[in-house]
Amino acid sequence: MPDTSLKTAAVPQPAKGHAGTAHAHDSAERHVSGSAVYIDDIREVAGTLHIAPVLSTRAHARILSVDLSGAEAVPGFVTALTPADVPGVNNFGAVKLDDPIIAEDLIEFWGQVVLAVAGETLEAARAAARAVKITYEDLEPILSIERAIELDATVAPPLTMKSGDAAAAMATAKHRLSGTFNVGGQDHFYLEGHIAYAVPQEEGDMLVYSSTQHPTEVQHLVSRSLAIPDHAVTVEVRRMGGGFGGKETQPAQIAAIAALIARKTGRPAKLRLDRDEDMIATGKRHDFLIKYEVGFDDSGRIEALAMDLHARAGYSSDLTNAVVDRAMFHAGSCYYLSNARITGHRNKTHTVSNTAFRGFGGPQGYLAGEEVVDEIARYLGKEPLEVRKVNFYDREGERTRTHYGQPVEDFILHELVPALAEQAEYDKRRAEVRAFNEKSPVLKKGLYLTPVQFGISFTATHFNQAGALVHVYSDGSVMLNHGGTEMGQGLYLKVAQVVAREFGIDVARVKITATNTSKVPNTSATAASSGSDLNGMAAQDAARQIKERLVAFAAGKYGCAPEEVRFADNMVEAGAEKISFAALARAAYMARTQLSAAGFYATPKIHWSRETASGHPFYYFTYGAAVAEVIVDTLTGEYRLLRADLLHDVGRSLNPAIDIGQIEGAFVQGTGWLTSEELWWDKAGRLRTHAPSTYKIPTVRDIARDFRVTLYENENVEPTIHRSKAVGEPPFLLANAVFFALKDAVGAAIGYKGSPKLDAPATPEQVLMAIEALRQATGQ
Amino acid sequence: MNLVINNKTYEIDSDADTPLLWVIREEVGLTGTKFGCGLAQCGACTVLVDGEPCRSCVTPVESVVGKQITTIETIEEDAVGKKVVEAWVEAQVPQCGYCQSGQVLAATALLKRNPNPSDADIADAMVNLCRCGTYNGIVDAIHAASRQA
Repeated sequence: MPDTSLKTAAVPQPAKGHAGTAHAHDSAERHVSGSAVYIDDIREVAGTLHIAPVLSTRAHARILSVDLSGAEAVPGFVTALTPADVPGVNNFGAVKLDDPIIAEDLIEFWGQVVLAVAGETLEAARAAARAVKITYEDLEPILSIERAIELDATVAPPLTMKSGDAAAAMATAKHRLSGTFNVGGQDHFYLEGHIAYAVPQEEGDMLVYSSTQHPTEVQHLVSRSLAIPDHAVTVEVRRMGGGFGGKETQPAQIAAIAALIARKTGRPAKLRLDRDEDMIATGKRHDFLIKYEVGFDDSGRIEALAMDLHARAGYSSDLTNAVVDRAMFHAGSCYYLSNARITGHRNKTHTVSNTAFRGFGGPQGYLAGEEVVDEIARYLGKEPLEVRKVNFYDREGERTRTHYGQPVEDFILHELVPALAEQAEYDKRRAEVRAFNEKSPVLKKGLYLTPVQFGISFTATHFNQAGALVHVYSDGSVMLNHGGTEMGQGLYLKVAQVVAREFGIDVARVKITATNTSKVPNTSATAASSGSDLNGMAAQDAARQIKERLVAFAAGKYGCAPEEVRFADNMVEAGAEKISFAALARAAYMARTQLSAAGFYATPKIHWSRETASGHPFYYFTYGAAVAEVIVDTLTGEYRLLRADLLHDVGRSLNPAIDIGQIEGAFVQGTGWLTSEELWWDKAGRLRTHAPSTYKIPTVRDIARDFRVTLYENENVEPTIHRSKAVGEPPFLLANAVFFALKDAVGAAIGYKGSPKLDAPATPEQVLMAIEALRQATGQ
Repeated sequence: MNLVINNKTYEIDSDADTPLLWVIREEVGLTGTKFGCGLAQCGACTVLVDGEPCRSCVTPVESVVGKQITTIETIEEDAVGKKVVEAWVEAQVPQCGYCQSGQVLAATALLKRNPNPSDADIADAMVNLCRCGTYNGIVDAIHAASRQA
C-alpha cells in the first residue's frame, strides 16, 4: 500500500529509524516474501540469449585448435565469442592487463574461459559448450607455493616493511624461535553466484545488470572491451546475494562476456555461472606460506621479527599486490614490533587468480602474528594472554609506531581485553578446562582469547572517496542514491538512516535506490569495510546542502534566524512556526529552491607510499576480542565449538542490530575458513572441491552452542559518520580464537608437552595428524 | 501437465524431467525461490511439497504432479508460515537474503512437524546453507515462532 502519511502528517511524530537505532534491514520483509529482486529475478526481455562458458581442462597449455562444428550443430546454438569478437581490449585486469576475458592462446589455469557460447536457451548454450572440441599442447604447470618459490615465479616484485634493525636485534635476543606456518585459502560461496545481464540500447550503448561490489569498475572494463566511452555503459545493481570480496574484480569478466555477446548479436544476453563453474573459474582468498624468525626476552616481549609471507597469487596479479600489502600491515597483529623486517611475496602459480575476500589478506597476516606470539608463550611456558599483553602497543610514547610508520592513536585493547576476560570468565574457565582435561583421557577441551586490531581505509589512497545523490521531492519524500552496493551488510539502510537523521524524518520516507553508474559516477568498490564511512559521509554532505537551502528559505519566509530552524519529528520549526517537513518542501519548491544535491567525501589524513613502504594508510583502527571454547575427540580429530564470547568495537554504532549480525556472521565465516573449508587441487591442477558436497562451509550445526556477542562501548576518535566505525571485515578475525582453542586442545592431548604443529584450516584430519605428530615427537 | 502451486493450477509446457525450480521460476514466474548450487545441497531452492521441504533444483516436475506445492510467495497464508515470517523479521535474520526464502520454508516445515523443537532438532532439520552466517538469528527466530504457535 502506498504511504499516504507523507501528504497528511501535520502533527509531530517521533521520526523512526535514525542513524544509531536498531532499525530492521530495509529488505527484510522482501527477503522473506520472495519479492526482493536479484539479477537472476529480473524479468528477461524477449529474445534474451543465454550464455555458457567453455572452461579449459588444462592448468598450463597452449591452445592448438578450437573446433566449433559440434557446437554449431546443436539446435538453438546462436554464436560463440572468441578473442576476434572483442572490438576493444580483451582483458578485465583492473590494475594490470594480465587477465584475458577470453583466453588468446595460452591457458594458465584449469577452468580458464576459452570461449563463451550463446544459445536461444540455457540448455542449448550448455549443450553447445559441451560440444566444443579443444586441443592443447601441455606445458609444465606450477601448482604449489613451494614450487613457485623454487622457481622464483611471481606476478609482482616483493615488498619489505621495516622498523628498527631486525637482524641486529635478532642476534642479541635472549631467545629465538623460527617456524613455518601454512594458512589456507577460502571460496566465497556467496549463495548467489556470479551473474550479469546485458541489454543493448540505442546508439551502441549498453545497460548491464551485474552482481558486483564495484559497478564503476564493471562499467569501465565493459566499455574498454567494447571500445566505447564510459558514458555509453550503465551498470546497475540493487542487491547481491552475498559478495564478501568475491564480487570486487571478478564480475567484470562475467559482465564483459554478456555485453560482448549482446553487442555481437544485438540481443540481450545473460551469463549466470553454475556453482561449480563459479568455484572453478573465479578467484578466492589467497593461501599463504609464512616463514618467520622471532627474537624475544624472558617476558615474551618481541625484540625482533623477520617474516616472509608468500601468497599464492594464482596466474595473474588481480588485487594480489594490495592483498599482500594488507597481510604485511597486519603481520604484527596488535603487537608493537621494535625491530621488524616483513617481506611479502606475490608467487605465481597455474591456479585461479586469487582475489579480495573479507579481510583482504589481513586475516592471513594477522593469524601469522598470533601464531608467533602463541609459539613464544608455549616456549616460555607462560599464560598466552600475558604474553599477548606485554606485546600490545602502548597508548603513548615510543611503542605506538607500527612497522610501516603509522602511529596507533586509538589503541583500546588494554581496556577491551580485560573487559572481555572478565565477562567471559576467562581465568576461571581456563582453570576448569585444565581440570576437565586431567580427568578426561579422550575428549580434550581448549579455551583461548585472541585480540583483534584492524586498519580501516583502502590502502590505495585514491579509492577513499565517495559520492551520493539526494533529491527531496515536493511532497517531502526523499530519494537517495550513492556509490555503495548492498550485499547484505545493511549499507543501504545505514546510509538512509543518516539522511533521515539530517532531515528529522522517518527512514521510511527515504527511498533507497539501486546503485547505478549514471546516478553517481567514479565510485569505489564497496570493500575494505569502508561502505558506511564513505557513503554515509557523502550522503550526509548532500543532505546538508539541501538542508542549508531549506534553512535559508524557512528563515526568510518565517522571519527567524537560520539557527532557529530545526528539523525533528517529521516537522520543521522555524522560530514560532512549526510545519511538516512535507509542507516545507512544497513551499520551498514553489519558491524555486533547488532540492537536489550531489554530495562528496574524501577520507582525510591518509597517505601511503609503496616506494618507501611507509605512511599513514589507515584512518583509524577497529578492535575486538574473542574467547572460544572447543572440545576435541582426540581419537578422531572431530571437534565442536562449545562457547564463543565476542566483544567488538564499532565505535558509536549506526545500527546495533545490523552490526551484531555482521559480527556474528563474520565470526561464523572466519570459523569456516579456519576449520572446515579446505580447497584441494589434484596433481593436474584441477580444483576438486568445487561444490558444497566437497567444500564444507559452516551450517547451523557448527555455530557455538553458547554464542554471546556484545558491542564495546566506544566512539571513534576520528570524526567519522556519527563517530561510528567500520564493521564488515574486522570481526572475521575474531575467529582466530577458535583456531588457537583447537591448538590448545591438541596440546592437551599429550598433557601440554611440546608445541603442536597445526596449520590452517584445522580440519578434523589436520587436528588428528597434529595430535599423532605430537605423540610421536614426545614419545607418548 | 498441470501443477498446483500456491493453491493455483498451472498448465505446464516444460519437459517431464525439467527440474521443478525452473518451472517455478521461468515458466510460472515466481522468482522468490532461488538457484544456489543445483545439487540439492545448499537449500536455496527449497519449496514445500505436501508440506515437506523439497529441493526443487533436482526434483523432476512430473514427480510433483497432483501434489500441493508451496513457495515463499504465499507462505504467509499458512498460519505457521506467517509466524515464521514475523519471527524472521523481528529477529532481523536476513542479511543478503538470498538463502532466506529456503530457510523460511524449511523452518515452517519443521514447526509443522515439531511445534517445540530443541536446538538439536533445529540443527537436524535446518541443513540449508547461509554464507552470511545468520544461523544464530535462525535458531532464535525458530524458537520465537515456536513460542507464538
